[in-house]
Amino acid sequence: MQTSYSSSRILLSVRPWFIGVSLFGALSLNFLPTAAWPGVPDWLALVIVFWSIREPRLVGMGLAFLFGLAMDVADGSLLGQHALAYVLVAYGASSLSRRILWFPLGQQALQVFPLLLLVQLVQLGVWVISGAELPGMTFFLGPFIAALLWPLLTFVLLLPQHQPVDHDANRPL
Amino acid sequence: MDQPPPFFKRGPAPVALLSFYLALSLALLIVDARFQALEVLRQGLAMFTHPVQRLAHFPAQFLDNAGGYFATVARLQDENARLQRARLENVATLLRSRHVEAENAHLRKLLGVKERQQVSGQVAQILYSARDPYARRVVIDKGQQDKVIAGQPVIDDAGIVGQVTRVFPFLAEVTLITDKEQAVPVQVVRTGLRSVVFGLGNGQLELRFLPTNADVQNGDLLVTSGLDGIFPPGFPVAKVVHIESDTAYSFARIFCIPLAGVEHFSEVMVLDPRPVVALPEELANEVAGSRAKAAANSGQTKKKRPKKD
Repeated sequence: MQTSYSSSRILLSVRPWFIGVSLFGALSLNFLPTAAWPGVPDWLALVIVFWSIREPRLVGMGLAFLFGLAMDVADGSLLGQHALAYVLVAYGASSLSRRILWFPLGQQALQVFPLLLLVQLVQLGVWVISGAELPGMTFFLGPFIAALLWPLLTFVLLLPQHQPVDHDANRPL
Repeated sequence: MDQPPPFFKRGPAPVALLSFYLALSLALLIVDARFQALEVLRQGLAMFTHPVQRLAHFPAQFLDNAGGYFATVARLQDENARLQRARLENVATLLRSRHVEAENAHLRKLLGVKERQQVSGQVAQILYSARDPYARRVVIDKGQQDKVIAGQPVIDDAGIVGQVTRVFPFLAEVTLITDKEQAVPVQVVRTGLRSVVFGLGNGQLELRFLPTNADVQNGDLLVTSGLDGIFPPGFPVAKVVHIESDTAYSFARIFCIPLAGVEHFSEVMVLDPRPVVALPEELANEVAGSRAKAAANSGQTKKKRPKKD
């Protein structure tokens, strides 16, 4: 099983429906009641960053904008707040995409962290402009934990592409 | 000569796309914050997001129900007995209150005072709370289909919970009284003092604009005054828990806690909107006259300004 990019194994090409399923999965993870707990990462932002880095041709600012609007409606926040954050982060991720995959997973996580922090900062900016006070430091715990989960996420979301071209009945995956 | 066709078909440049989407989301933000004109778009999008939200909350509800399923018989019997007792106790009060209400109506008729309206409504269930860390809002399972409109008060068994602020086809959003932007006109039961209570955003409420020597004590009960024409009068809202009177400020800081289970998930009742009471004719004329005068005044000042320059 490939765990780092030092391996020269060639992956299968991604299936677009799997990208859709993972984005919808992240959206419903965000809708879970656990999202109100401190330190729970913004799953949708994480998955958007992942696919914008891996497949910048398929996932870009348009999808990020649409999913951002969905988050806004579900949250009852100002329309465009999440959309703004996700569009910015999708742009950042796709412009990183040429470089970031040359690094091992740990260093990738380091580069993803500022992007996820940007999502929180943009939303914080919108809140502050519309007259709210600053939240506690736990607000910034989410991106940190999300960055720690980056290697795991990479492993899970690349699993379908690890399947062998010729299926072998005795092989588990 | 024309340029040769590109080898790879790529859409518009990323920076162009970025600026397009940025402008779009900023425009949405400003229009939504300033003009509140996007409710139709919001309702349309909600048709897609609410089913997903319901689906996402299904596991949590399932766990809740499973917990209830495994509750012991003893506890259920105990609760049943307690409820029976409470019902018997309430029956006496209810019968008496019916009698008193009838008597009250009779006396009011004798006095020629306008009759107080009956309060009725529909029961709704709280589905989930909004994810926004600043908002004190919950979503209930009654919407436009059940003729819920924005502005209706929402109560539970202990008092006022909040007010419907946004209505979707099958759901409605209720702003709790502890939200920072929610205000409820109240009256202190002990003294009859009228004021307005504001949410603080941290689960507490504050009674504002009362002088430091106002007659308010710890433990005072606040009920709705009904002067706003939205909340029916006499419903419990909050209890005073802490009073800070600093002579440096002209107003006392009075903190209260809500009486209703505002932060809990349970069933609530959406009260029917109060009918709009028209102003008496002479008052209405006066208001119209003063408005016209104000409009004329502002028109004049606008005309004067260029002359001064």
